[in-house]
Amino acid sequence: MTAPTEAAGPPEAGAPPVAEVPLHRSLGLSDIELEAIHEKLGRDPNALELAMFSVMWSEHCSYKSSRPLLRTLPTKGRDVVAGIGEQAGVISIGDGLAVAFKIESHNHPSAVEPYQGAATGVGGILRDVFAMGARPIAVLDALRFGDPSDPRTRHLVDGVVRGVGGYGNCVGVPTVGGELVFDPSYQGNPLVNVMAIGLVEEGMLTRASADGPGNLVVLYGSATGRDGIGGASVLASATFGDQDPSKRPSVQVGDPFAEKLLIEATLELIAKGLVVAIQDLGAAGITCATSETADRGGTGMLVDLDAIPRREPGMEPFEVMISESQERMVAIVEPGRWDAVRAVCERWDLPVGVIGRVTAEPDIVVLTGPDAAGALDPDGRPVPGATELARIPARALASEAIVFDRESRPPARRRAAPAPGAADEPVDSLPLRGQDPAAVLTALLGSANLSSRREVFEQYDWNVQSNTVAGPGRGAAVLRIKGTTKALVATTDGNAPVGQHDPWLGAAMSVAEAARNVSITGARPLGVTNCLNFGDPTRPEAFWQLAEAVRGLSDACIALGLPVTGGNVSLYNEAPGSAIAPTPEIGIVGLLDDVATRVGPAFRADGNTLLLVGETAPGLAGSSYEGLAGTAPEDGPPSLDLQREAAVQSFIREAIARGLVESCQDPSGGGLAVAVAEMAIWGDRGATLRVGVGDSPAVALFGESPSRVLVEVIPRHVPAFELLARHHGLPTDVLGTTGGARLVIELAGNGATGAAEERGSGIADALDVPVAHLRHAWEHGLPRALGWEHAEDVGDGGIVDSGAGAASRGPEAIR
Amino acid sequence: MTPRVGIVLFPGSNRDIDAVNALTVAGAEPVMLWHADTDLSDVSAVLLPGGFAYGDYLRAGVIAQFSPVMRAVGEFAARGGPVLGICNGFQVLAEAGLVPGALLRNRGLRFVCREIALLPERLDSPFTREIGTQRPLRMPVAHGEGCYFADDATLDALERDGQVLWRYAAADGRVAAPEDAANPNGSLRGIAGVANAAGNVAGLMPHPEAAVEDLIGSADGLGIIRSLVVSAQEYATTGAVTGTRALAGVAG
Repeated sequence: MTAPTEAAGPPEAGAPPVAEVPLHRSLGLSDIELEAIHEKLGRDPNALELAMFSVMWSEHCSYKSSRPLLRTLPTKGRDVVAGIGEQAGVISIGDGLAVAFKIESHNHPSAVEPYQGAATGVGGILRDVFAMGARPIAVLDALRFGDPSDPRTRHLVDGVVRGVGGYGNCVGVPTVGGELVFDPSYQGNPLVNVMAIGLVEEGMLTRASADGPGNLVVLYGSATGRDGIGGASVLASATFGDQDPSKRPSVQVGDPFAEKLLIEATLELIAKGLVVAIQDLGAAGITCATSETADRGGTGMLVDLDAIPRREPGMEPFEVMISESQERMVAIVEPGRWDAVRAVCERWDLPVGVIGRVTAEPDIVVLTGPDAAGALDPDGRPVPGATELARIPARALASEAIVFDRESRPPARRRAAPAPGAADEPVDSLPLRGQDPAAVLTALLGSANLSSRREVFEQYDWNVQSNTVAGPGRGAAVLRIKGTTKALVATTDGNAPVGQHDPWLGAAMSVAEAARNVSITGARPLGVTNCLNFGDPTRPEAFWQLAEAVRGLSDACIALGLPVTGGNVSLYNEAPGSAIAPTPEIGIVGLLDDVATRVGPAFRADGNTLLLVGETAPGLAGSSYEGLAGTAPEDGPPSLDLQREAAVQSFIREAIARGLVESCQDPSGGGLAVAVAEMAIWGDRGATLRVGVGDSPAVALFGESPSRVLVEVIPRHVPAFELLARHHGLPTDVLGTTGGARLVIELAGNGATGAAEERGSGIADALDVPVAHLRHAWEHGLPRALGWEHAEDVGDGGIVDSGAGAASRGPEAIR
Repeated sequence: MTPRVGIVLFPGSNRDIDAVNALTVAGAEPVMLWHADTDLSDVSAVLLPGGFAYGDYLRAGVIAQFSPVMRAVGEFAARGGPVLGICNGFQVLAEAGLVPGALLRNRGLRFVCREIALLPERLDSPFTREIGTQRPLRMPVAHGEGCYFADDATLDALERDGQVLWRYAAADGRVAAPEDAANPNGSLRGIAGVANAAGNVAGLMPHPEAAVEDLIGSADGLGIIRSLVVSAQEYATTGAVTGTRALAGVAG
């Protein structure tokens, strides 16, 4: 696979890349790895060969720490056409069409140079998709940063958002969804994960296997320069300092205009049947593209170094071979089709040239000719006097790269120990906070993580190509497929806060929520792509987190019947003193057979019945409510029953297919109360509910236990809806009715908050807020958190700031 | 017969997919024109789609104006043929001097993609004749350089001569002033689109071609695309288009 450079393995010995140390270490190779290279070659590697190994054996290209874990993932699926190991996963959707999709990270480059880091992240994942013959139809970006009030965070957010937009807008691929999350653990190491989705006619599907000795190795696209040189080794440092100018040259520079030409030229080459194989150049550049395609084909290559177009004179051979200059592709072409291939590239104003030949001998051989004037003759044979600069078996660089069995150890202290006497306080019930539930709800809606993302996604073109049925901002994105009744539904989700308590649960919940967000539109989830953002795998505790998360990912995918079709692993996400929260980012694509049956999350009409399907479980740890107000030290995250989750999702899909559902939302971030408020805000109408609060109003209103859906149903459909739920073995609870301009939630049961008495009300305790106030808090939360807007700018009546005393703690401080 | 409408494809155009979809929905036959083409005899109207022609490096549309096809488009326009530029296409027409005014960076200095309300100024032009009733039309904008600018004398003349075809509408249906939130880019006098003096060449920043079906959010843009198709039809059969003036010679 190809990937943006970021997570190359550090020196196992921990030696910093400085001149005094041996060459292999300064390139990020350990002594153990040097020995392994000796065995593979049966001799001493030269400097160029060492450089090629250093990038190909980087964590990012070789998966040397994670491969043993990834082998345990479920990858089989009835409709899977291409899976792990290909440039992107591909799943058949009928009508002779297939969807190609993949998520990838560009974390470290974005921390060094946010605009270019994010932009080239988009470019790289798009190339993975169109290299397989698929036209990119959508991008989703999952972003994670530290404290939004911190100046550096604001600098990073601004640069990354501009970078994603600057690239995606120009190439004409809509950015239809994603995430923007703030948490202190990302302060020194932001996460930029980008997912791309493409549509391909199954006949056009192209793989990156260099078959046919004698075929030409063709390089087209931008010339090769010094940008991204040594990115793998330089950006490999295990401890990632804050802004480090010396690393900036290691960040690639993107040219979306060149990428747009590359898309059109590549799809034209494939449509005309002119290529045997295509692979894009990402991490490790030409070294990766040549060795991986040759390895897949069981072949080798003669690479003519002199034939590679350069941006500048005087580049060293190793610079040319490992440069990560963007917007380049390698194609394997039968000699007879070369003229046609050249014509297509030249029509798109793209430089193109033959840089080598496929050979039966399975070695990657790098050659230079006399006076660097060309190493191969027209028949692809080395010219007299040609010098061999490197010779490495392709598989030694790719499929047979070194693998480490890392040590795994659970951290000694998984959770904060209970403070003395803390257990005595029922601290997850509202009254002890002295807070009106309405104030908590308003504060949550206005918090940096739950408020509207409009200020960000309006900087992205989300409707180009005229397929966007549901764009960013309201749950999963829906993209119609022209010429059919079908639509693709896509989402990304990652639950890091729960993962910090329990990485298995965090990963399983991420899969469950992503799949649920697809299912509540009525679509059937097709498959999973994942981006595993973790810390230094040489730390047993960090590797344990990764191992547990992969286990959770696997268990959840098996329970929900979802194949994992690809993704990437980003390790060493650590800044001095802090590793990120384990963050498994899950991307899921689903299929709606008839887009007309799609259901949205906004209230549709007054007088409809609101039901909750599933049960609310205790546990506030890892919730947004905890971020706002804290929880009892002994409290844990809510539990997850994967069988129940599967039942809830198949039920809601069937209910939607039977036309029983008007609107549907899943209580997740901020719990039931926030979910209802969103449905009300988006539907521009209120609702009156009665919620049993059991022992804890906080859990009932703001708990984030999974396997629940909130559904708006026309009264005459309620009996059929409830009957269907019973058939699926699911409890339903009629909560109330839609309508009016206020959101009213009566708290029934023994856990009433007592706040009513404080308000001097005689009736049962209740939450009662105008929807307009909730919308105001929701719309202004993000720009205020980022300092793009201040309370006085909008003549705010202090609505958002109610309950801000508690809110000022944690990452969601209300400004 | 179905009128053939040319879609000019510059390197970097990316709303060509939307244009093809819209023209098809509107009952025309889309014909792709390459930036190197010089012969437009085959089409009876030209649509310049959105995107980032030649990467929009230097300034939006500034390089595209020198491409071979733009000379042909200029001649086609001089013969009275209907030409519509959308978003980047509008920027190219303005840079080429085929429509008056200039498009500056958005007031907020950020790319903006959102649904806006577009108010047709008149319903008798070759590009608005099929809209029907005078009402705000919902359609998306998606641009970084869409702030319409011209000096006051020019703006007065444009208004006097009926060359202002569309303005951004505020929530209350009135024209959105530059500082109004409903004006996405700060365009002077809320101008979203204008025509040349002859009336047969027009450009606008919003995307009517991306609002031709309720499924993708709105069908309010269809009237503008239909107008182009009807004008193409008319030009194909009569060699002229209703609502255009005898050519003043100079475009704009």
